Amino acid sequence: MIFVTVGTQLAFDRMVSAVDTWAGSSGNDVFAQVGPTDTKFNHIQQSEFLEPKDFDHYFNSANIVIAHAGMGSILTAMSYGKRIIIMPRKADLGEHRNDHQLATARSFVGHAGVSVAWDEDELIALLHRIDSETTEQDFVKISNTAPEPFIQKLRELING
Amino acid sequence: MKQKKLLAVASAGGHWIQLNRMIPAFEGHRLHWISTVPGLKTKVQNGTFTAVRDASMWDKPGLLVMALQVAWRVLLIRPDVIVTTGAAPGFFAILFGRLLGAKTIWIDSVANAEELSLAGRKAKRWATHWLTQWPELARKEGPHYIGSIL
Repeated sequence: MIFVTVGTQLAFDRMVSAVDTWAGSSGNDVFAQVGPTDTKFNHIQQSEFLEPKDFDHYFNSANIVIAHAGMGSILTAMSYGKRIIIMPRKADLGEHRNDHQLATARSFVGHAGVSVAWDEDELIALLHRIDSETTEQDFVKISNTAPEPFIQKLRELING
Repeated sequence: MKQKKLLAVASAGGHWIQLNRMIPAFEGHRLHWISTVPGLKTKVQNGTFTAVRDASMWDKPGLLVMALQVAWRVLLIRPDVIVTTGAAPGFFAILFGRLLGAKTIWIDSVANAEELSLAGRKAKRWATHWLTQWPELARKEGPHYIGSIL
């Protein structure tokens, strides 16, 4: 199963449509959390919003996750050791209020387990490539807590 | 070490996940949490939890409701320390908290790799400790860098 998520706040039809197109031609099983949108996609199951426990369930069951370039999605993928493809929202297309997702995506280029699709064509191309590879390839899970030196310094600020 | 009342605030999603990665730094204190999705209550293992209305910096009526909800919680809890990763509820928490004498710690989201968030820039005035998670964004006059959650 492929899990798609656009985060908690805004729809991202440009990304979900690309996945829908790909699912139509490849026949893959896709579940998408699509945010507030009226669009009905043709080849995937969709839900506007997921409760945290359902979100965890789909995330955990997915072979690969496709997401907007939001830190919540990226960190969750890393904590499950899931391979993730991120596509940044663009402010000039009305997809977010600013372009911080482009900055986030740039900062994850070359990161193990994270692939960046800069637009819908690249996303479809990436998906076709992954389709022909093994998708069960999981990555090392990151720990659930921040690195100890950071924790130590934050603790000093709190206690000091 | 004296036990303190610590209020941890973050919007749902990435901000919340980042804040939760800091839990070991909160050990030994009495915890209170504020976020924007009621279902996150089930994720809190230690401390009280309250959900406030979600609103962005561009939704003025929503922001007003959220600000009042956050102000009320801050008044009830009277925290010694507030730690937040943003966005809007964290901004209001440190604003009201600082006015009431709390120590306030703003940790800008790791998502903001090239410039601080809008809420993050506005937080400067109200934060005792004003932090970025990217060394490239750190300045002598702040924001400061002490590491990142990754």
